[in-house]
Amino acid sequence: MPDLAAEVERLSLTIEIGKMPVRVHTTDPIFLKMLQDRYAGFLNSSDEAEMEFDIDLSPPAFADPNAPVCVSQKAGRWSLERGDFQAEWEPRSRRGWIRQDANPYSIDAVLRIVHTLMLAKQGGFLLHSASAIRNGKAFLFAGVSEAGKTTISRLAPSDVTLLTDEISYVRRQPLGYVAYGTPFTGELAKLGENVSAPIAAVYLLAKGRSNQIESIPASEAARSLLANLLFFAEDEDLVHEIFQSVLEFVSRVPVSRLTFVPDPRVWELIG
Amino acid sequence: MTNLYIARNPRAAARNLGGEMMIMSGRDSTLFTLNKTATILWQAADGTTPLNEIVENRICSEFNVALSEALQDAETLARELAGHEIMRISEQPIAGSGGVLR
Repeated sequence: MPDLAAEVERLSLTIEIGKMPVRVHTTDPIFLKMLQDRYAGFLNSSDEAEMEFDIDLSPPAFADPNAPVCVSQKAGRWSLERGDFQAEWEPRSRRGWIRQDANPYSIDAVLRIVHTLMLAKQGGFLLHSASAIRNGKAFLFAGVSEAGKTTISRLAPSDVTLLTDEISYVRRQPLGYVAYGTPFTGELAKLGENVSAPIAAVYLLAKGRSNQIESIPASEAARSLLANLLFFAEDEDLVHEIFQSVLEFVSRVPVSRLTFVPDPRVWELIG
Repeated sequence: MTNLYIARNPRAAARNLGGEMMIMSGRDSTLFTLNKTATILWQAADGTTPLNEIVENRICSEFNVALSEALQDAETLARELAGHEIMRISEQPIAGSGGVLR
């Protein structure tokens, strides 16, 4: 008689964004292949990881598939929920699980949330902004939807390395702040390069009739960056840490307003 | 006139940025940028110094205004900040007050 309880092979993959490796485990080879394709350029062959997630490919038991993101912490365990996924993560053990359908969008959202939580404890953050490297320095272009993130990314000349057209990854280092490439894409639907550089400036995007850079008060810079921050957790202590992180960032990195017309000459002002 | 005491709410995050005091409410993450008078009040709000003493020593001298007028404005402002839960206000000294100022 055949063994009915055959052992299921566990397949693993390490996705490293911002030098933070996250290892995921699944039993579905098709889903694994989808992740390999989705995060190509951000895969790490090492088994070492900052955290690990077991992925359960079964639909989350939600009444409302359009339920908004809810991120909360209880007894040292983070709970992440949206209409299309449920997840838990315990920072102390560095382990967690994700329950979702076999789609690339849910795990992408989980990764974004988990990275915001990890970065918040380290003085870093994710920002709604395009970012790019030119002459060894990183530049961020922040703004809400339609502000011009994708446009300025499209206009980048060939000597510019695009880190992302949608969500910038900012880490604090001893000598300053560093921007990393991310696979988190916007309209351009093009993964950023998996490279990094010290951040030289942040530009708040505004479309106009001419290309110009204007300085703005620090408080306005802080307010604008806070408004463009990617942060989901309902956790007062972490919100305070993020607040301090952004204000520290603003006190150390120049933030200006970049008004531009959608043509490549705007890049003459950058770098 | 009753003495009032004011204290920074330790649940509010605060930071001086380029000379402007920015406060984030612990209740709902609302962001406030304080004007110069409000910043003086915030910085002096240790829970033990009476409001009239803060106004007389820190505001009247800075802005050259009469004590009664300045005190009325300061009380209004303090109550407004208390309404946003970034400051506490009491007729008694407030124990255990004073969040970390950066």
